[in-house]
Order: sequence, then structure tokens, then C-alpha cells
Amino acid sequence: MAGLFIDIKVAAEVAKNPETARKLEEVCPVGIFAAREDGVEIVDDNLDECTLCDLCLAAAPSGSIEIIKLYEA
Amino acid sequence: MRFYEYEAKALFRKHGLPLGAGEVVNSAADARAAFGRLAGPAVLKSQVLSGGRMKAGAVKFADSADEAAAHFDAILPIVVKGESARSILIEEKSPVAQEYFVAITWDGRAKQPVLVFSDMGGIDIEEVAEKHPDHVSKTHFSSILPLTPRIAKEAIGATGVGGSALNRLTPVVFELMKIFLKYDLTLAEINPLARLENGQFIVLDGHIDMEAEARGEHKALLDELGIGDDETRQARPPTEFELAGARVNAVDHRGVAGNVVEFDGNLGLVIGAGGGSLTLFDAVRNHGGKPANYCEIGGNPSVGKAKELTKLILSKPGVEKIAVMMNVVSNTRVDIVARGVVKGCIEAGKDPAETIAIFRIPGAWEDEGFKILEKYGVEYCDRSVSMYDAAGRAVAKMA
Amino acid sequence: MSILISKDTRFIVQGITGREAVNLTRENLDYGSKIVGGVTPGRAGRDVYGVPVYDCVRDVVEAHGQIEGSVVSVPPRFTKDAVFEALENGIRLIVVVTENIPRREVAQMVELANLRGARIIGPNCLGMISPEEAKMGGVGGPAANTRQAYAKGHIGVMSRSGGMTTEIASTLTAAGLGQSTCVSIGGDAIIGTTYAELMPLFEADSETHAIAIYSEPGGRMEAELAEWIQTNNSRLPVVAFMAGRFMDEMQGMRFGHAGTIVEGKEDTTAEKIKRMEAAGISVAERIEEIPALLRKRLEEV
Repeated sequence: MAGLFIDIKVAAEVAKNPETARKLEEVCPVGIFAAREDGVEIVDDNLDECTLCDLCLAAAPSGSIEIIKLYEA
Repeated sequence: MRFYEYEAKALFRKHGLPLGAGEVVNSAADARAAFGRLAGPAVLKSQVLSGGRMKAGAVKFADSADEAAAHFDAILPIVVKGESARSILIEEKSPVAQEYFVAITWDGRAKQPVLVFSDMGGIDIEEVAEKHPDHVSKTHFSSILPLTPRIAKEAIGATGVGGSALNRLTPVVFELMKIFLKYDLTLAEINPLARLENGQFIVLDGHIDMEAEARGEHKALLDELGIGDDETRQARPPTEFELAGARVNAVDHRGVAGNVVEFDGNLGLVIGAGGGSLTLFDAVRNHGGKPANYCEIGGNPSVGKAKELTKLILSKPGVEKIAVMMNVVSNTRVDIVARGVVKGCIEAGKDPAETIAIFRIPGAWEDEGFKILEKYGVEYCDRSVSMYDAAGRAVAKMA
Repeated sequence: MSILISKDTRFIVQGITGREAVNLTRENLDYGSKIVGGVTPGRAGRDVYGVPVYDCVRDVVEAHGQIEGSVVSVPPRFTKDAVFEALENGIRLIVVVTENIPRREVAQMVELANLRGARIIGPNCLGMISPEEAKMGGVGGPAANTRQAYAKGHIGVMSRSGGMTTEIASTLTAAGLGQSTCVSIGGDAIIGTTYAELMPLFEADSETHAIAIYSEPGGRMEAELAEWIQTNNSRLPVVAFMAGRFMDEMQGMRFGHAGTIVEGKEDTTAEKIKRMEAAGISVAERIEEIPALLRKRLEEV
């Protein structure tokens, strides 16, 4: 479930990559990504803490992560 | 953070300072029994944090066990400057030949500890300093060089004290200096330090203030004295609302959303930072507003923390609206606070547009923050509206 | 000209890999400051926005030569040691950002700094800025926001509150009054450099024509400033804003900064205002009155 302000979408094939999952978990300063055996899981409770630092965008293949500002819709 | 007299004395005793016999008692029966264990007449003293207990009649002398019990019952209910007694201290009353004053505190101008000594103790030291300046000495000392007794000796000698008194007083004063530095105290005072008729020197009364920031460092001592983490030891005890505020601030380590102080008004305040909060609180009152609380946010708190603070303030009976205001922010982010307060309103079952009287936080990430506020229809303003005028807009909505 | 810091000041950041330090490093670099290195023990070899990280200050000095300044942003328990380390490696200007340091440790840092002929700004401060030259510390936030609030000019600003440093500068800038240097001096009961201790620097800076300060209850710093102005017959008009007037009714309660507690009559806002006015300092009721008061005082000079 999305946050009130922020939603993050990870492309399906990238979400399943354990290596990317690990990197995402490491770079996110607010714990939005959790690395699981079968890939990355979004921690819904932390979505609204996103600081828009874009470190996740740099850690995953270009274009595979989308940060959606729900207040801009 | 102030200590009760009996706690200060427990600390003194731990460090070998000379004290008369005494006990903390919690019932008239205990007072009666304790009297029996003391040699001769006793003094009963209410244990409160504020001064002025003598004037309030909360200190009484007893010549018999019956009198001690009666005094206990008389003193216990006495409220001193709004504060009820925690317990009663009963001590031997000793015939005093002379009283001295000794205190150590920090001097923010010299940026060093200062030792204040007088051979005219027992009365108001500021009055002594004014009327008998030659009987008060003020001596600064280093906080990095090894501490030696000569500073104590010089300070005592400067008031004209010599002979055996000088040699008896020096180790007591020196020990107090060591205690002051060791426990991060902001005040270590013995007043009076008495020379008894039998020639003994003893501590009759003492004050200890410990720096709040250093509580963690000295947890072992505080545990030993039985001082719990929830005892703030401010000028008045914390309210439930204030304790809840402290819990909100403790949920995570990101930034500050705390220092909540309860007032009895109807306008909730989510304000910051340290200086901004003081400025805004004044502004709200100048406009005739009635704040429900004081608080401080700063250091870029998490969305969750700002949200919980908002919910706490909105949970206070009588609070219908909140004003969210800060000075131009540098490290705290406008968008993060905006998310927190909007979410707090929604989770409290309220409409942010109705509930947030004004949002005035300009500065870091304001463009992003203002987008959020627009989406939820919250009235906001940028730096072109002064803190004072923003407070006025919030107060006007309460009419 | 400016005081304390210019575009040529070379400094380091101690604790550079921490969350707040990473931010201020980027913001300072973006504003044009010269950060030559950073220190976090155990993290040597990394870099933060291109700034090389070392294990200790000695290693930065060995690699980059003598350095003038340091911004210390480490947790309270480690701050004293970090400041001692900077001092013992020849650094003479230290901005301590960290909050919640007990007085004893601050006094120890200040005493060693005095012995070494060095200056400490803070603790519990946002540092300082000479607009359009450089900044040292988190003051003003991201470079774009900093440029919005601060402009080069002739007013010196000193503030016990970090946030109010920017609020005042922003108000001055909007009114067309730029600043020479703005210093967030820190909100603790003992700080490295007080208003009165910065006055000789502003007094000697020909580009500074007047001073604006933010003040609050607690301590004797305002009295010290008033005394300095009278004793030295200062050429600089001073305008002060006094916050926390409500605290006069609430002695012994702690609001705001650690240094803000009314313990005696001298600490109250009423008493401070009286002393400052007696020394010729104009006291503003509201922040937005500061520019007009400064202009009025500047015309009188």
C-alpha cells in the first residue's frame, strides 16, 4: 500500500534481483527497502519518510525505480 | 536537575563530607521512632525542591518524640511554592558556633567554574556580597588542570578565615569542588557549613543541581539515589501531556519534536526551533492568543515524529486548531514537517484544511512543502509574512 | 571584507560521514566553501561529494598542509575529543555543531582553545557565513536557500539561535540590507565565543557598519555585550531582538536552548532590555522592525 505522500515502484525484473535488493536496502537512509531472499520488499510504513535523496535511483538500473509524489497528482 | 536535600546529603556522605545524624521519614510514627535514635533535640525539614520552606513554616524543631510526631503531621501537608513535600528529613539539632557558605557554579562569562565562599553563611549570600563584600570571595578555577586544594585554601583565606578553621574547612571545600566536576553539576552548595560548639565542622544544608544533559553519564549515581528517568525536576512536576511529549520525542533519533510544556489555552502550537519557538510563543500571546502548549521542533525530525506530536497536541481537550510555524529553516525540511502535520491531522480524524490555522515554515525544501499544503487546502505563507503576522493570522481564526 | 571566514578559508569536517555532516558538506561546497578533507575514524579512503575522508586530523594536515578551520559534527560523547584533536593539530577556528554537551566538557574545550590561541564557535550552533564568499556549517541550509536568505552587505549578525540567524538575515536581505558576516554563536550556557568577544572583530572590519543580534533569557551575555559597547565606545550601532518575554513569568522552567533558563532577576528579558538600552542598543519588539531601526541608527552615525 502506498504512503499518503510517496509511492515507490520497482520494475518487476529488478525487484526480483537479490543483489539490487541488498544495495537498495543499504543506500536508503529511511529504510524503505527490505532485502528478502527472493528480492526487494517495500516497507510501506516508511514510504512517507522518503527524503527524495534519489540514492535508490542511482543504486538500481536506470529507469527501474519510480518515485511518485502523490501530492502532485 | 535539582536534588532533594536528602539526596544531596547522600551524595555528600558517599564522598566523606561530615554530616550530622539524620533519617528520612514518611509517617508520624517513623518520626517518633527516629527521634529516639537521635541524641537530643531534632529538626524536621520538609523535602521540597524549591527554597523558602523556613518561611512557609515547613521547618520545625522538636525536643521530644511526641513533638517530632506532631511536627511531622504539621509539616507534611504544607505546600511550599506550589510543591507538596516528598518526605520529611529529621536530623539532630546541634548547637552552632559559626556558619559558613560555600558554593560552586559555572560562570558563563569566564567559562570556568567559580567557587564562592563566605564566613557569613546561613543568610542570603547576595545580601552578604552587597553589605560585606570583604566576607565573600569568588575564585575561578581551571577545569582541565589537575585540581589541588590550594584553590580552596585561597578562597577561604580571602575572607579572613585563618588558624585551625582554615585547615578544617579546606578539605571540605576541596571535596565539594571535586564532586562538582565529577558529576557534571551546575550547582554544588553547602549553606550553612557549620562549626559546632564542640569544634566539629558539619554540613547542615546543601543544594545540588545536575546538568540534564549529563544524566545518562551519571546513571549509576541516579539509580543509587533512586532518581527515575521520568523525574524531570523542573520548577514544577511534568504533566501527563508533557510526559507523552517526551515519549513522542523518543520514538526515533531523527531530530527533535519535543520539549512540550502544557498551557491551558485552546490554540495548539507546533513551533520551532529553539529561538523561533520563544519568538512565536511571545507573538501568539501578544495577539491575545491562548496557547495550549509550548513545543520545539528542529534538527529535521522524521515525518513520524512530527505526526505523533501533532496527534498528541490535537488530543488535548479543547484544542480545535493548531498553528504550525517556524523561523526560516536551514536543516529542518519544510516538506517533511508538512507531511507530518497533515498526516497527524488525518490520523486524528480531522481535516487538515480546517485544523491547521496557519502553516508558516519557509526555507529548506519549501517548494515541495507548499505543494503538499496546496493539495490539502492548508493556508500557508512564505517568508514575506513575518513570524509575528503569521501568529496573528492563527489567533484571528480562533475568534 | 568579513570576519572569521572568507572564500579562501580552508577547513575540514570532523564526523563527515554522519547524516547531518554529509548534508552540510554538500551545502557548503555548493556555496563555494573550501572543504579540503573530512575525518571519521575507520572510514579513511572513502569520499563524501569528492572530499577525501581520513581517520584522524593529523592525516589530513599531513596530506593537505596546515588547515585553518574545522566543523565538528560528531555525537556529544565524542565532541570534546574531536575538538582537542583539532586544537592539537594546529587548527585555530572550530565550529562545534553538536548539541547536548555538558558544560564541563564545553569549558574544557574552551580552556584548551584559549591556551592554544584558537577560537571556538558554538557548541549547539549552525556556524557562520560571509554572504557570497563562503559558509562554514549548516547555516542557511541548501545553497539555493542560502542565497535566497543571505546577501552581501554591511550588517554583522550574531545570534544565540541558529534558526533565527537565517530569519534575521532573510528579513534584512528582503529590506535591501546585506550582511558582512553572520554568526550563529550557539544556544548553550557556556559557548566558545560570545557577542562581546566577536565585537572587536566586527569593530575592526571596515565593511561592517552596524550589528543586529538575536537575544533571549538566561545568562549574562547581553549584559557583557552592553558593558563592552560602553567601555570601548563602539562605533557600531547595535539593534537587538529579544525573544522569550513570556519566560519572565516562569522562573526556573527551561524553554528553548540549554542556556535559556531564568535563574535570577538578571536573567530576565526585562532586565536585559534595560541594560542594553542603557548602553545605547536599540531593542526591537518584532523581527520586522530591525531593518528600519538599523537604518535610523545608521543615519545618526
